[in-house]
Amino acid sequence: MHELAVTQSILDLVLDHAAKADATQITKIYLVVGELSSIVDESVQFYWEIIAKDTLAEKAELVFRRVAATFKCLECQTVYHLDGQVVFCPSCGSSRIEILSGEEFYIEAIDIET
Amino acid sequence: MNEQRIPIVQNILSANDAIAESNRLLLKQAHLFSVNIMASPGAGKTTLIEQTVKNLSNDLRILVIDGDIATTLDADRASAAGATAIQINTGGDCHLDAVMLNKALVQTDLRQFDLLIVENVGNLICPASFELGTALNVLVASVPEGHDKPHKYPSMYRGVDYVILNKIDLLPYVDFDVEFFRKGLEALNPAVEFLLASCRTGEGLSNWYEWLRKQVDRFRSLSVV
Ligand SMILES: Nc1nc2c(ncn2[C@@H]2O[C@H](COP(=O)(O)OP(=O)(O)OP(=O)(O)O)[C@@H](O)[C@H]2O)c(=O)[nH]1
Ligand SMILES: [Mg+2]
Ligand SMILES: [Zn+2]
Repeated sequence: MHELAVTQSILDLVLDHAAKADATQITKIYLVVGELSSIVDESVQFYWEIIAKDTLAEKAELVFRRVAATFKCLECQTVYHLDGQVVFCPSCGSSRIEILSGEEFYIEAIDIET
Repeated sequence: MNEQRIPIVQNILSANDAIAESNRLLLKQAHLFSVNIMASPGAGKTTLIEQTVKNLSNDLRILVIDGDIATTLDADRASAAGATAIQINTGGDCHLDAVMLNKALVQTDLRQFDLLIVENVGNLICPASFELGTALNVLVASVPEGHDKPHKYPSMYRGVDYVILNKIDLLPYVDFDVEFFRKGLEALNPAVEFLLASCRTGEGLSNWYEWLRKQVDRFRSLSVV
C-alpha cells in the first residue's frame, strides 16, 4: 500500500550512490525483501516506470530477491515456514518462537555503467 | 564503457529512519515523552486519546498530533477533550512518516508539553514500516477485528511496546478468544505490555494512565542528565 513511498526511497538511494560513483547509467538494482515486509513487487515496478523516467536509473532492471519467513521453535527446535495460518510451532504448538528470516528490507547492490 | 557492481546493503527506508532519529533527538532535548498510536481504522485510537486527555490533563500538558488522510475530525476531538492538537493531512498517504512528523515538531514549542501523543493513520500494514522517532509505539487492537490479527499482521505486532486490546465490553457478543490473541502476541513480541480495556466503559484504562505517567517521569529523569 505504501509502495510509492518505498519506490521513491529506492530511487533516491540508488541515484545518490550512482552519483558518488560517477555513473552514467544504472542498469540493475538488487533488492532483498523478506516475506514479512508487505511490499508488492509489481506495484514497485509500476511506480518505478513512472518516477525513474528521465533519471540515470530509467533503464534499470529491478531484481527482487524474496526471503521466506522462517521461524524456529524454542521448545522443540523445529524450523518451519508460515503455513498461512498461525505463527505457532506446527510440531508442538508452542508460541515460544524465534523469527530467523523474513524481515529483510534493503538494497543489496547496484550495477552501473561509467 | 565500464560496467561495475557497487555493493550497498542499506535499508530501503533509511532516509526515513534518519529523520526519525532527528525527531527522537528533538523530543529528547525538549524532555517530551512521546507515543505513536497505531491501529486499524476504527479500533478506537481517537477515543483512547480523548479519554487519556480528559484523565491526565490536570497533571500533564498534552500535545496531540493527528495524522489523517483528509479531515480534521480527530484533531478537533482531541482539542475538544482539552489537548493542544495539530492536524497532519497526509494527502492520501496510508501512514505518517518521519518527515511529516518533523514538520509538525519544528513549528511547535515542544518545551511547553509533558506528553506527546501521535495518532497514526488507521492502517495495520504501512505504519509499521515508517518509524517516526517517538519514544514508544502503541498498538490499539479491538475485539471486533478478531483474535487472529497478530498472525495476519506480524510486522505490526512485532514492532510495538504496548498493545491495548480495546472494546472488551463487546466480548460477550463477539466470538473472540482472548487467550489465542494473547498467545499470538506473545509469540511475536514476548516483551510487550498487554492490556485489556474498554474506552467505552473505562475498564482497564487506569493501568494505561499509570503507565503513561511513569513513562513521562522516567523520560524526564533520563533527559535531564
Ligand atoms: N463498544 C465500544 N466502542 C468503542 C470503544 N472505543 C471506541 N469505540 C467506538 O469505535 C468507533 C471508532 O472509534 P475511533 O476512536 O474514532 O477510532 P479510530 O481508531 O480513531 O478511527 P480512525 O481514526 O478513523 O482510524 C467509535 O464509534 C467509538 O465510539 C469501546 O471500548 N467499546
Ligand atoms: Mg481516529
Ligand atoms: Zn515446537
